[in-house]
Order: sequence, then C-alpha cells, then structure tokens
Amino acid sequence: MKPIDLPDIRGVIARHKRYDALFGVLGLVALMIGVLTFAALFADMAWKGAGRLDWDFFTHFASRRPAQAGILSAWVGSTLVMLVTASFAVPLGVAAGIYLEEYARKNWITDLIEINITNLAGVPSIVYGLLALGLFVYQFGFGQSILSAGLTLALLILPVVIVATREAIRSIPQAIREGSYALGATQWQTVRFHILPYSSAGILTGVIIGMARAIGETAPIITIGALTFIAFLPPSPVKAEPPFISFDWVFSPFTVMPIQMFNWTSRPEAAFQVNAAAAGFVLVLMTLAMNGLAIWLRYRLRRRIKW
Amino acid sequence: MSAPETFMDQKTALAAKAEVENLDFYYGDFRALKAIGMTVYERRVTALIGPSGCGKSTFLRCFNRMHDLYPGNRYDGRIVLQPDNADLLAPDVDPIEVRMRIGMVFQKPNPFPKSIFENAAYGLRVRGERSRRRIEEKVEQSLQDAALWDEVKDRLHQPAYNLSGGQQQRLCIARALATDPELLLFDEPTSALDPIATSSIEELIHDLKERVTILIVTHNMQQAARVSDFTAYMYLGELIEFGVTDEIFIKPKKKQTEDYITGRFG
Repeated sequence: MKPIDLPDIRGVIARHKRYDALFGVLGLVALMIGVLTFAALFADMAWKGAGRLDWDFFTHFASRRPAQAGILSAWVGSTLVMLVTASFAVPLGVAAGIYLEEYARKNWITDLIEINITNLAGVPSIVYGLLALGLFVYQFGFGQSILSAGLTLALLILPVVIVATREAIRSIPQAIREGSYALGATQWQTVRFHILPYSSAGILTGVIIGMARAIGETAPIITIGALTFIAFLPPSPVKAEPPFISFDWVFSPFTVMPIQMFNWTSRPEAAFQVNAAAAGFVLVLMTLAMNGLAIWLRYRLRRRIKW
Repeated sequence: MSAPETFMDQKTALAAKAEVENLDFYYGDFRALKAIGMTVYERRVTALIGPSGCGKSTFLRCFNRMHDLYPGNRYDGRIVLQPDNADLLAPDVDPIEVRMRIGMVFQKPNPFPKSIFENAAYGLRVRGERSRRRIEEKVEQSLQDAALWDEVKDRLHQPAYNLSGGQQQRLCIARALATDPELLLFDEPTSALDPIATSSIEELIHDLKERVTILIVTHNMQQAARVSDFTAYMYLGELIEFGVTDEIFIKPKKKQTEDYITGRFG
C-alpha cells in the first residue's frame, strides 16, 4: 500500500465541500422563495387593510357604503359552518380510520378503499360543491343553509381526517396492542384505553389542518348557493324558554369569509378593495391561528408519550 | 419424555398444568412448529431454549393465543390446561378467556404510556372491576409481588415511562400478576436489560414459582440453567429434548442438545 497523499486528499475534500456550500445556498433560496412570497402577500394585505381593522369592522353587516361595511355575518357564518363541519367530519373520519387500521382485514378490498380515500383528498372542491348541490340542497331538502355548507366541507375534509387518523394510529407500536390484548382486552377496550388516547394528538392535528383548509374554501360554498350579501344573523342557538337550545340556525342562509372577500373584490369602488384586504388579513390570521393551535396541541399531547 | 420420577426435592408434588399434544403451528403455509408434545408442570419454571428462529417464541405465543391477532395463522393439535382439562386451542374457546387465565411478559418492556398505577390496574379494569378499594389493594399486592412496591409507592401516579428499563419490566410483571394468572409466559424478558436488572428479574421468577406456573423463552443458556426446573430444547420447529434442567445441562440424551449446550453449535 502506498502512503496516503495528504495534499491530494485535501484537494478532493475541498472540492466536495464546495458542492456542500452550493446546495446550502440553493436550498436557502428555494426556502426563501416560498416564505418571502407568502410574507409579502400577507404584509401587503395587512398594509392595505390596516385602516379598516377596528371593532366596527367585526360588528357590522355588509353595506353598500364601504366605510360602514363589516364582516359580522361572514365570520359568524364561517364559525357556524366550521362547527357543523367538525361535528360531522371528526366522528365519521376518526371512526373510519380506526376501523380501517384496527378492525378491517388487510386484503385487496381495504387496499382499494385506501387508494380511493387518498384520491378523494385530491378531488377538486367544486366537484364536492356540485355533489352537495344535488344531494344536500335538493335531494335532502336542506336548502342553501349552514347545514348544507357544513356537510359539504365535512365531505371535503373527511379524507384528510381519515388519513391523519390512520397515520396517528400506525405510529403506535404493536407492542402496546399486544400488551393490551395479552391481558384479555377486547378490540374495543384496546381502542378506547390505548389507540384513541395515544393517537389523539395526531388526529387533532389532522382535523385542525383539514378545518384550516375548509375555512378558506370558496368554490363549493358558492356552488351550493351561499348569499353574497346578507344583513342578518342566523337565529341564536340559545333560547330563553325551554328547551333552551335551538337548532334553527343550521337551516339559516349564511355567508362565509372567503365569499365576503370575493364579493368585495368584484366591486368597482377602490374602498371595497380595502375591505377585501382587511377581510383577507382576518381570514389568514384565522387559519394561522388554527395551525398554531394544531402545533401547540401536538406538542402538549406528545410530551407525555414517547415511543 | 415422561415426567422424571427423581424430581421430588420440591415442596409440592409434581402435577401437570398444561399438556401439549402433537402441536403444529402454521404461519400461512409455513409450518413453524412440528408435532410438539410436552408437559408444563405446575409451580415449576420451564425454560424453552434453542437457536434463533427455532420456534420457541412461536410456541410460547400459542399458549395465550397471541397468534389469533394476525390473519393466516393456524394451530393444529391441543394444549390442554389443567385442572379443568380444557383444550385452549379449541375453536370454540374464546382467546380472550385464555388470555385472562394466562399472563404474558414481553421481550422489551412495554408499559402503557400511563401512570404506574394505571399500568398495574389495567387487567382489572379490562375485567370490569369498579371498586376503587379492590383495585388499590390489588395494585399494591401485585407491585409487592413484583418487588417494585418500595421503589414506586410514593410515585404511583407518575408516568411509567419515567422508570428504568428493569423497573419497567417488573411493572409489566406486576401488570400480569394483578389478575392472578395460572400460567405466566415470559418471552426473553431480560434480553433488553442490563446484568443487574436481569438478575433482579431472575430472582423474581424464582420467587414467583411458589404461586404461578412459569414458562420462559430465553436466549441465554446460563439463565435457563439458573432459573428453570425443566428445560426444552427446540430446533427448527421441533422439540428435540425435554427434561429436568440439571439432566439436560449435565448429561443430555441427544447429541444435538449437547452440541448446542456446549456451544459447538447455535
């Protein structure tokens, strides 16, 4: 063996390190293109809309006079639609995910279902809107209501919830299941005491990310016929007389944040563009807040569990 | 492979806890166990030894029907549990019932990510025990039996994951003991532990045999020699030799067993 040629080796290392540095720069540029574009958009909206962001903006209905127009019906509508969406998408999606992971036999049928669920997540949202128009609005007679919109968005994010549930469940080590079964637990006891609690962080994250997507959806909501100009709130869910709770609000006409924005951007007056920017800023803040909540919840719940 | 008559130095007389009769086991088409027949004696420790892949874990997991959790597995033959003379592999026997009678401790400590108390209480909760007092009694008793009580009695409600590996494994033993199993299965319980934790588990196994029958799979032949009364040597899914541990280790009848034990093979 001949002795190592140090200067030569050092030359080779130096050359390889240049590639290292090159990729470091390229990667940083790629990252910055994404981050800066979003930051610029966000800052632009904040800058344009800042003048309108005050208490009145949140407590006033839409108006023909841009300076008095607010997003009251839009944010209330968005909140209520999200409530309906969550109350359908979460139980259905979680149950489906648990069934597929823990109960269903692994064969070609489950494989087929799995592929289809993944594909459903990629179906354009307008298609869901058309489906919902035929099914919820006309067939079931729910009309152009909060219920129809909530169900439509629930369908839209169902695949996201199912996939998130399955992934969270799959990260639980098999040893935990075996430990539970070895003590004589049934499948449901294992799911209730172990699978659900240990996967709840992952499921919640998936749910919130799905909701953050749903809150910005415009196309399917327009398709089922949300109003673009609305100057009243849905009936209150709380009543003074028994039974104190009312579900009349689910059948109420409504509008949501992105539709309010869309409506304002299509107006010729420049003042409405300012309103649209302010509403957009609020909408982005809402989604950022939801994503932040997801991260925080994941952090909080994962702290107790480490495989 | 009859019960050795010479084995009378124990406090209790020799009685069968489980009789394995002509047991075959299949993973799909693969025959992993071939015509196994042996007896597990009550309140004795029986060790299963053999090279990796010889089927000793597969054999162990037949006793609590663990293989039922996965599709494509099939048993053939009988494991008759005494004193009720019931074949626990019979198709009409619910595996959940079998697992309530036969406990298991796994290779890697697998406590649940819950408190120490909840880990030990889990078997009782699964059985629907609601009385808090009875659960507390049983948890304390089982932690004492697993020689863990003194170390954890002041922090029962802390996460089990804060315990050391050896403590976690003793917690898993306590978890299995809390429901008074008739037979306790150990699947290489010390292979993930350091020597000190290993010796404490071995001591524990030695103490436990006064009240529960133990079947233990081990990779470590010294361990088999130290803790067991009976030893079964398996190779390629077959039971090569079964007998009193001292005889197996000092003068095995089969050449194959001798080669493995003396380290010429395996």
